[in-house]
Formats: sequence, C-alpha cells, structure tokens
Amino acid sequence: MTTQTQNIRWFWFSSPATFYPLAGTVAWIAGVLAAALMVAGLYVGFVVAPTDATQGEAYRIIYIHVAAAWMSMFLYVVMAAWSAVGLAMNARLSFMMARALAPTGALFTFIALWTGSLWGKPTWGTWWVWDARLTSELVLLFLYFGYLALQASIDDRRRSDRAGALLAIVGVVNVPIIYYSVQWWNTLHQGASVSLTRAPSMAKTMLLGMLLMALAFWMYSIAVTMVRVRCEIRENSV
Amino acid sequence: MLAIARTLVARDLLLAMRRKSDVATALLFFVIVASLFPLGIGAEPNQLRAIAPGVIWVAALLSSMLSLVRLFAGDHADGTLEQMLLGAAPLGVVVAAKALAHWIVSGLPLVLIAPVIALQYDVAAPLYAVLALSLLLGTPILSIIGAIGAALTLGLRGGGVLLSLLVLPLYVPVLIMGAGAVEMAAAGLSSAGQLLLLGAFLVVAAAFAPWAAAAALRISME
Repeated sequence: MTTQTQNIRWFWFSSPATFYPLAGTVAWIAGVLAAALMVAGLYVGFVVAPTDATQGEAYRIIYIHVAAAWMSMFLYVVMAAWSAVGLAMNARLSFMMARALAPTGALFTFIALWTGSLWGKPTWGTWWVWDARLTSELVLLFLYFGYLALQASIDDRRRSDRAGALLAIVGVVNVPIIYYSVQWWNTLHQGASVSLTRAPSMAKTMLLGMLLMALAFWMYSIAVTMVRVRCEIRENSV
Repeated sequence: MLAIARTLVARDLLLAMRRKSDVATALLFFVIVASLFPLGIGAEPNQLRAIAPGVIWVAALLSSMLSLVRLFAGDHADGTLEQMLLGAAPLGVVVAAKALAHWIVSGLPLVLIAPVIALQYDVAAPLYAVLALSLLLGTPILSIIGAIGAALTLGLRGGGVLLSLLVLPLYVPVLIMGAGAVEMAAAGLSSAGQLLLLGAFLVVAAAFAPWAAAAALRISME
C-alpha cells in the first residue's frame, strides 16, 4: 500500500467540480435540519416558554433577534476567513464561499436591527436608541453593503473576488475597534440608561428556545450558502 | 527608501501646486458644509457650541474623502502607477508617501482652518488647540485608510460614491475619538484619553494600512 492512499486528501473538495455534488447534499440536509429546528425553536419560544415577568409577551421577539444578531457577526468572520484562505491559497472555491455568505450575513444583520427596534418600542418606549450594540450592528450592516457594492461594481471576476476579499479582511480587523469605540462613545454621551448586558436569570426553556433558533439559523445559513455556491459554480463553468 | 518616499512626496506636492483649484475645492467644500449646519439647525449659540465638534469632524471626513478619488486616478491614467508597481521601491512605501502627500494637501489645511470654523460656532477659545490637535492626529488616519478604498475602487464606474460606501464605516472610530476629545475638553475634563487613542490608531494605521493598500493596488492593476 502506498502512502498516497493512506493520506487523507484534504483538498479533494476544494475543486468546484467535486464540491458541486457535495454542496447539493449538504444543502438538503442543512435545509431539512433548519426547518425542523425552526419549528421546534418557535414552538418552544412562543408556546412553551413562560411569559416574562417584566416585559410581558413582547420579549418573545428575542428568539429571532438574538439568533440573528449572533449569525450576523459570526457570518462576517466566516466570510473574512474564507477570503483570507482564498487570498493565501488562490482558491476559487474559497472566494465563492465568501461571496455566497455575504447576502445572508447582511440579511441577518438587517433582521437583528429590525427585530431589535420592534422589541425596543414596547420595552424602551422608542424604536431606536444609540446604544453601543445597535450602533455597531448598524455599522456592520454598512460594512456588508460596502462589500456587496464593491463586488457588484467590478465586472472582472478575478479582481472582484480578490478586492472583495481584501475589503472583508480590512473590515474584520476594524469590527472590534468600531465596537469598543462606539461603546466608549455611548457611555460618554448618555451613561448607562439601558443595558442589555445584565441579563436576568433566564428560565431554562427560554435558553433552550434561543439555542434552537440559533442552530436553526445556522443550518439555514449553511443551506442557503451551499445553494448559492452551486449557482456560482454553474455561472463560472460556462 | 526614505529618499524614494521624499521624492514621491515632493512630486505629488508639486503636482498639487500646479493644480491649485483641486486643493481649494476640497477646502471650500469643508467650509461650505460646516457653514450649512447653522442654516439648517438654527443659530442658537448653545446648540451650535454643542454640535460644533461633531459638525467640524464630519465635514473633515467628507472633505478628505472627496479628494481621495484623485489619490491614484491621475497616476493610473498616465501610466505612472504601472511604473511604480514595476519599480524597485516597495509598493507599501510608495502608497505611504502618496497618502502623506494627500494629507499635506487635504488634511493639514483643515487643521489650520478648523479654528476659524470653530469661531463661527462660538466655541470657547481654549478648545481651539484641542480641536486642531485632534484633527492633526486624526486626518492622517483618514488619508491612509482611505488609500485602501481608493486603491480598491481604482478605475471603477461610480468610483467616488462606492469609495464613500467602503471607507466611511471604517472612519467611525476616528470620528468618535476626534469629536469626543473636543467634547471632553468642552465639559472641562481631560481629553488625553481620546487624543492618545487617536495617536494609537494613527500608529497602527500607518504600520498596516499602506501594505493593505499596496495589496489592493496590485489586485486592481493586474
């Protein structure tokens, strides 16, 4: 037996042609999981979980809001990681992954902002406060838009991939700087009027619902990204 | 390497001197934008004093960005940029020198003219120094980070608007610290924290951003 067969071929699926069928399978599995988890998560969140003592029924939006906010930040990091791999290894598939992740990330950022303001109106009495988290989430949305706009305006495929990748990496370096400066700015301006950080002791079912929704959104992101990568592969192999 | 940088800065400054109107446009833009706010908001002195640092900083951001489009465009059009890419000088040094020249032309005048705008906003005289110092530390960051955006959008249709979409979110920390320094001083507190952080941003940006911009130039020019 040669050493060739003993080695696991790590890069077997890094070719678009071999990745295409795998992506189809993964998309199906992740899609079914996403649907099942979402049904379970929404059931736990909206039916099983108790009503919050101080916030009433309005708090239930967090089952969507928190999961979306997690995904929005996580997906940007994943996108930057794929961009870095793409630039380092000059792999077309990595750029396709980064490109496919961006619209979903932007969508989750928007959902997080939107549901946040729906939650803010009954709870804080206003649609929008310049809270550190809200503001940095808004800047994150701008970063996603910048990435999408740059990719859309470059016709040359190779340049568009690489320029977008560089922008994503520059963005991910800046995200923590932006977050902390916004936080400092916020404390300077209005003190600690509203704080999301002191979380009250949460009922187990609430936590379960939130985790289920986070997993559901995660699976949804994988499914949608895989479908989009398959489109990218088809577009590029013509 | 220093000699190359010095030559490049001198060359870019000479080119800017030959086209004084370009320099003046960005400066006038700054003055006009800053003058529009009282017309829109009202001339109540207390209110003007409160918004002055933010307005001046936002106007500086916009004005710096306005001239960023031209950072590489001229050299790109006449082929000089390609020679720079082929040349022996490290591209990061070339980018840093061009960003420095851009700052001398578009940032430094803002530092000098900002106290005059602050006068219009009835800002207390002791704050002029803090405002000028915050701009002195902050505007070079705008030029260096902006160079990445200018390199990425080189030769694209709608490059100017796209550039602002890419670069403005990255300017957020500079805006917060710059305006924050003046506000702290206005509240009678020490603005050292913000100014030191601005200085730290400047050091980090000067160390890394030129290389990112150089990589972006290579991507755009290949």
